[in-house]
Amino acid sequence: MSELLFIEGGRVIDPSGGVDGLRTVVVRDGRIAEVAERVERPREARVIDARGRWVTPGFVDLHVHLREPGQEYKETVATGARAAVAGGFTTVAAMANTSPVNDNASVTELVLARAAAAGLARVRPVGCVSRGQKGEELAEYGELKAAGCVALSDDGRPVASPALMRRALEYARAFDLPVAVHEEDPSLAGKWAMHEGAAATRMGLKGMPAQAESAMVWRDVELAELTGGRLHLQHLSTAGSVRALREAKRRGLRVTGEAAPHHLALTDEDLARAGYDTSWKMNPPLRSAEDRRAVQEALADGTIDCVATDHAPHSAVEKDLEFDAAANGIVGLETAFAVCLGLVRQGLLSERRLVEALTAAPARAFGLAAGTLAPGAPADVAVLDPAAEWRVEPERFHSKGRHSPWKGAALTGRCTHTLVDGRLVHGS
Amino acid sequence: MIGRHRHLIGLEELDRGEILQVLQLAASMKEVLRRPLKKVPTLRGKAVVNLFFEASTRTRSSFETAAKILSADALNWTAAGSSVSKGETLVDTARNLEAMRPDVLVIRHAASGAPRLVAERVGCAVVNAGDGAHEHPSQGLLDAFTLAEHFTRAAGGGPEAAPDFGLLAGKTVAIVGDVSHSRVARSGLHCLPKLGAKVRVCGPPTMIPAGIERMGAEVHHALPDAVKGADAVMMLRIQHERIGDPLIPGTREYSKFWGLNARKAEEWLSPGACILHPGPINRGVELAPEVADGPRSVILDQVQNGVAVRMAVLYLLAGGGEAHV
Repeated sequence: MSELLFIEGGRVIDPSGGVDGLRTVVVRDGRIAEVAERVERPREARVIDARGRWVTPGFVDLHVHLREPGQEYKETVATGARAAVAGGFTTVAAMANTSPVNDNASVTELVLARAAAAGLARVRPVGCVSRGQKGEELAEYGELKAAGCVALSDDGRPVASPALMRRALEYARAFDLPVAVHEEDPSLAGKWAMHEGAAATRMGLKGMPAQAESAMVWRDVELAELTGGRLHLQHLSTAGSVRALREAKRRGLRVTGEAAPHHLALTDEDLARAGYDTSWKMNPPLRSAEDRRAVQEALADGTIDCVATDHAPHSAVEKDLEFDAAANGIVGLETAFAVCLGLVRQGLLSERRLVEALTAAPARAFGLAAGTLAPGAPADVAVLDPAAEWRVEPERFHSKGRHSPWKGAALTGRCTHTLVDGRLVHGS
Repeated sequence: MIGRHRHLIGLEELDRGEILQVLQLAASMKEVLRRPLKKVPTLRGKAVVNLFFEASTRTRSSFETAAKILSADALNWTAAGSSVSKGETLVDTARNLEAMRPDVLVIRHAASGAPRLVAERVGCAVVNAGDGAHEHPSQGLLDAFTLAEHFTRAAGGGPEAAPDFGLLAGKTVAIVGDVSHSRVARSGLHCLPKLGAKVRVCGPPTMIPAGIERMGAEVHHALPDAVKGADAVMMLRIQHERIGDPLIPGTREYSKFWGLNARKAEEWLSPGACILHPGPINRGVELAPEVADGPRSVILDQVQNGVAVRMAVLYLLAGGGEAHV
C-alpha cells in the first residue's frame, strides 16, 4: 500500500515549474505525485497544514563545510546535515578541505556513508581540484566523479597557478564537472584580517583589497573562454567580480556564480560596529556598501545564479582569539532563509527569485537533480513560515558551530518542516 | 572612570569632555613631577599589572613610573619567557593575571583589538598601551598635552604655566610617515579634531591607508605641502621591516623626500612650529639629529608629559580616593 502525504493550504513557490500560488502538494511513496489547486484527499493520507506558509522545493546549498573527516569537533556530516534540514536545505555540496582532503574515492565514500547513516539532507561531495589541495597536480577527477563527487574545488584556498587552473578546466570537461573556485590572489591579498577600506583603517586591521578577488575572477573568465570548461565562482563579494561574471555571461561562457547571505546583508562597517568580534570574520571578508549593493543587484537580476551559505563551523579554539589570529568562517545554514528574506522585505529581491536562487538555480549550476517539485521528483520539500519571528541563539543551533554575526539578532522567517524523499526530517 | 568609561581602549570612543578630564588632571599630576619628593599616596594598596606582548621600553617604563609615583604596586609581565610561548591564549593569560586581583591591567599587543577582547573578559580596568595599528590612546593624550603646553608657552606663558587646552583650537598638526601602520597617528586623528585642531597626514602613497580622509585627515604626499603653515609637525618612526615590504625602496630615498632636516625645517616650517616624535627615533632617517635635538623639538617634553598623562589615567581608572596630589 502506498504512503500518501498532503501538504495543504500553503503558497507553493516552485520556479522550476513556474508555479506560484495556493496549491496542494501530494507526496506518494517519497516522490512528488502532484501539485494542484484541488485534490481529493483520501482518508488515510497524512497532512501537513501549510496555511500561511510557503511550500518550496527543498533548498540546495552548493557550499558547505562539514569538517568530516578530520575535524569532527567542529562539525560532522550528521550535525551539518541536521543543521541543513533545520534551515530548509535538503541538498548540500560538501567542500573538500577536510583532513585528509577529498582528493580520492575513499574520502568521498566515507562522506557519503556518513550522510546515508544520518539520513537527513542529501550530501553531495565536492572533490579537490588539485591533489592534496596543494595547487600543483590535478586530482583524479574521473575517480572522484565515479565515487559520487558533483564538482571540484580547492575551496579554502585559491587555485593560484593559472596554468593549473587552465588544465583543471580543460580536464574536467572529460567528466562534465564544474570547477568551483575561491577567488583570491594570494600575493595581492597578503596577510589580511578584513576588507581594505576606511573601516579597516580605523580598526588598524590589515585589509584585503576587493581587487584581490576580482583580478582572479577576470583571469578565470578568460580561462573559461580558452578552455570551454565549466567555471563556478564561489562566494562573490565585490562589484568588480560581478562585472567580470556579467561579462562572462555576455560572452556566453559556461560560468555561474554564488553569493553568501552575509555578503548580501552585511558590510565592513557593520563589522566595525561589532568591534573585533570574530563571529564576523570570514573569507572573503565583509565588503563595502557599494560592493554589497552590486552583489545584491547581481543576485536579483540573475547574474549571480544562486545563494550559497559557505557554512564554515569552527570551535572556540579557533575563534576565541585576537581578531588577527582567529580562523575565517561562520555558520550559515540555519539563518540563511531569514537573512535572505530580509532582502525581499527591503525590496531588493522578489520572492520568486529568492526561492529560485535557493532551489532551481543552484541545482542547475552543478547539474543536480534537485530543487524542483515536478511530478516524479524525489519529495524534497521545505515548508516555511515567512512571518515567524525568532531570536538567533547560537547555543540552540543544530550545527556544532556557534559563530554567527546574527547572534542575538531578531530575524523573521523560519523553516517549519523539511522533507527528504517524503520523510519528515525536520518539524512535526 | 574616564567619563562613562571603565577602560581606556581608544580615543575614538572618548568625547571632548572626557579627553579634557584626563588632560586637566594630567596638568595637576605634572606639578607632582616637579616636586623634589615625587611620591603621593593616592593609589596606595592598588595594583597595576603591565602586560606587554610587544617590546617596549618607553611606554612600559612610563606606566611603571606613573604607578609608582602614585604609590600603586606595579608588576611587569612580558611575553618573552612567559606561558605565551607555551601556547597559552590571550584570554587565558589575562584571566590568570586577573586572578591576582589587579586594579588596572595595562596591555600592549601586536593584534588590533586585543585590549578590547581582554576588557570584555576581565573584571578590572584595562588600559590599551598600543594595539597593532589601531590605537595608542595614552600617546594621543600626551601629544595633545604637549602641543597645548607648547602653544601656551608660545602665547607668553612661563615655562611652568599650566597648559591651556583651548589653544589647540584652530591649530594645524601635520603627521608625517608610515601612517598605515601607525596607532599613534590614529589616536591623534581621534583626539586632536575633538579639541579643535586640524590634522594633515603625509607620506608616500604606499604608507597612507585607504579611507584615512574619512577620519578627518587632509592627505598630502609632498612634505612641503604638509608642513607649510602647520603649527606642529609629528614625525613617525620608519620601521625597518617596512622596507622592501615593499612600501618604500629604502631609507635613503625616504629620508630625501619625507625626512626632516634643519634646512627643510627652516625653509618650510612656520617660525613657531614645534616638532614631535613618539620615539624611538631613527636618527638620520625621518629626523636629522640637529632637528631632533634642536629648539623646535618637544620630544623630551612628550616623554615627561607621558608620565603625567598616565598618572591621570591610572588614577581615574583605579578609582583612587580624593585627588589630593
